[in-house]
Amino acid sequence: MRILEGQGVNKYFGGLAAVSNMAFHIDQGEIVGLIGPNGAGKTTLFNLISAALPLSSGEIRFRGRKLNGLKPHQICKMGVSRTFQETKIFGNMPVSQNVLVGAFFGSPNRVPAEDAAREVTQALEFVGLSAMRATPVKDLTLVNQKRVEVARALATKPELLLLDELMAGLNPTEISESMKLVTRIRDTGITILMVEHVVKAIMGICERIMVLHHGEKIADGTCREIAANKTVIDVYLGEGAHAGS
Amino acid sequence: MSELPRLIVSGILSGGIYGLLAMGLSLQYGVARVLNIAHGELVMVGAMLTWFLFTSFNINPLVAAAIIGPPLFAIGFLLQITLFRGLKAWAPSQAAFEGNALLASFGLLYIISYLGLLEFGAYPRRYDWLNYVVTFAGMSLRLNRIVAFAVAVAIGVAVYLFLTRSRLGRAIRATAEDPATAGLMGVNVNMVLALCFGLGALLAGVAGSLISMINPVGTTMGFRNTVIALIVVVLGGLGSIPGSFIAGIIIGIVSSLVTGFWQPVYVVPVYFGILMVLLLARPAGILGKK
Amino acid sequence: MDITRFISTHRKLLLVGVSLLIILGFLATLPLYGGVYYTRLLTTILMYVILSVSWAMFSGSTGYMSLAPAVFFGVGIYTMGFLQRILPFPVIIPIGGLLSFIVALPVGLVTLRLKGIYFAIFTFGLVVFMREVVAALESDLFGRVGQHINPLPDETMFYAMLVIAVATLLAIYFIRRSRLGLAMLSIGGNEEAAAHMGVNTIRVKVLTFAISAFFMGLAGVIMAPMKIYIDPRIAFSPIYSFMPILMAVFGGMGQFYGPVAGAIIFAYLEKTLRAQFPQYFMLGFGIILVLIILFLPNGIAGLVSKLQNKLGGVIAKLGKEGEAE
Repeated sequence: MRILEGQGVNKYFGGLAAVSNMAFHIDQGEIVGLIGPNGAGKTTLFNLISAALPLSSGEIRFRGRKLNGLKPHQICKMGVSRTFQETKIFGNMPVSQNVLVGAFFGSPNRVPAEDAAREVTQALEFVGLSAMRATPVKDLTLVNQKRVEVARALATKPELLLLDELMAGLNPTEISESMKLVTRIRDTGITILMVEHVVKAIMGICERIMVLHHGEKIADGTCREIAANKTVIDVYLGEGAHAGS
Repeated sequence: MSELPRLIVSGILSGGIYGLLAMGLSLQYGVARVLNIAHGELVMVGAMLTWFLFTSFNINPLVAAAIIGPPLFAIGFLLQITLFRGLKAWAPSQAAFEGNALLASFGLLYIISYLGLLEFGAYPRRYDWLNYVVTFAGMSLRLNRIVAFAVAVAIGVAVYLFLTRSRLGRAIRATAEDPATAGLMGVNVNMVLALCFGLGALLAGVAGSLISMINPVGTTMGFRNTVIALIVVVLGGLGSIPGSFIAGIIIGIVSSLVTGFWQPVYVVPVYFGILMVLLLARPAGILGKK
Repeated sequence: MDITRFISTHRKLLLVGVSLLIILGFLATLPLYGGVYYTRLLTTILMYVILSVSWAMFSGSTGYMSLAPAVFFGVGIYTMGFLQRILPFPVIIPIGGLLSFIVALPVGLVTLRLKGIYFAIFTFGLVVFMREVVAALESDLFGRVGQHINPLPDETMFYAMLVIAVATLLAIYFIRRSRLGLAMLSIGGNEEAAAHMGVNTIRVKVLTFAISAFFMGLAGVIMAPMKIYIDPRIAFSPIYSFMPILMAVFGGMGQFYGPVAGAIIFAYLEKTLRAQFPQYFMLGFGIILVLIILFLPNGIAGLVSKLQNKLGGVIAKLGKEGEAE
């Protein structure tokens, strides 16, 4: 079932097309990767889906419902959640409170306090941060701050999770652990769309990959198809294969 | 309705000075990122010093402006290197710095305002220089206003050319755009910030000199001029010199028309209405960058 | 025994509760032994407590620096001015608060979409605007500007202010711990992330802004009789924006008691400075403001926290060394 689809999606900044006439879809239960050189439009696309930015034209539908014109908090309550490239955590608050925000406000209905508290505990256990629930998030290491973002997003009970460069800045061990985390998330029934530069992660867990370049989708297929795709190799993987793997 | 052309011209004449007022504030915020609420107080200082020089030594206001310019520049420069640089160093974030700088400038407002009160006393005073009527294109206008307008515009043009044509000017604009990159390209960012703040203070003082030619000088003029400067800056766009002048002239005309056709007491509410509409429609102002 | 266990587990709470009750008792009986000067001083201090705590509730948690307290305080003052002969005092108080709340709603809706500094500019201008509009309307509609306020007994004003101050502190305490409080803090932490986690940021900001305005309006109504004569200059005076901000910043906005401490210290300073050295008041105020912003950006409470942390670290270290031996 198509959980997310976009048609004719355009985004202009002044005269510059950050995203150009893009069509895409994601099926429920998939882990889809979104790759491309810097400036290809990946984060912009995320921002369009989550309504951080308005579309210039085109439409994006989640479960058949148009997302155009909705605000970010409404989209979150519909079941789409995300993390951010520059971790946007609530620095001065402890870990548990960060996640609590997601638990309380991520649902369309009013969440009773005990349910929210339980959500927080479960989410923290899931990402492995239970021991640090009282620590102010600004005191955590980068990899743990990213975990907090993930737990917070999970607490909103999403059906679709957008991960923006979860592996950026992590060492190989942390990358492996994060890859396992992503797979576990999908195993709970959440569909995942992830932007990544780390090729190992993309190739390791994604079932399908979309490649962007200059705001256009230049390829869309399985890992094997993408790895063999000449255009992609020319544009991106040629350098990336050396850098990331 | 024959009033209309005269009102409009009168508004333009005031507007030139408003533009100058806004320029100083714009430089200080656009580059040094300090929203200086005490700007109007520096205008007042300029006005008071000019009044003093005229009444005590018979120095004409234009020469006085040249005299008070450097010390005001120095004051602004020093303020930036001590107070605001210190704030920047200690602040946890850009937003916190700007908030603290704003509050600090409130403190300055009270300090300068008090010193003005102490030196000048509570009653407004005026002097007359070139205060006679001339006929220009069929309209009766006062010469001092025309001269003030001309000087304001001349200064504006000079600063504009400085910013766009000179090396230092380019460094300033680069710093305003992106201080980090400018620093990497060899610009002494700290010096630029201090220079701009000093320049802003100088412009405030000179604007004060020009204003003193036309209006009475008193201790309340600080606040009033800050409000005008703020409105013009938001209308014209923080950081844009041509914008400041165009906006200044628009505001001057509005003020003139409201005073002429309605009542002076409604001038500020009308300014504010304009401000509100603008802030909603285009927070960046007419020609602003951000 | 049940009581002793209850006491030992809730020691801190009981300690705080009992000391608060003692303070309250002390305050409640003040007019009996304090005399006019102290009663009026305490009334002013309580007014500033309300203003600074309300300001901190909004600006401290969301990070939007509002310069509008003078507006809402002034609305309260003018409400008293216009209703003083029509309605009894206790009825006017909530009306003043309500009017401030109503004024704050459209103001918030219109301005809270602005980026930080523009919001500050706008709210600053709002004070000037209100002053001019009210002056214009008064002269147009009534032919005069300003009016006389019938004075009320000092005890009445004091107790009214005390009741409202306590109510404000309680209300804000509970709001902070509520869902709304969490939403406010998340907006202050990172507004974009908060929105993406389901927080309706506009609604939260406007609501919080209006609630803080409500309390400020209440304080304005009560303060009006103490002024005897009001006009737009007096009612909408920027000092009622600057002082609460200074007090909250000085006291420290992170903790709850910060603004209260700041309000007490500064209100006392203001009253005594104004009385003793009226000429130097403004100068002193300005200098103190600058010094505090420069050296104590986190306020007294921040300083206390830092000291606590340092002290805690030292004690822990000593403890560890003790164990090792």
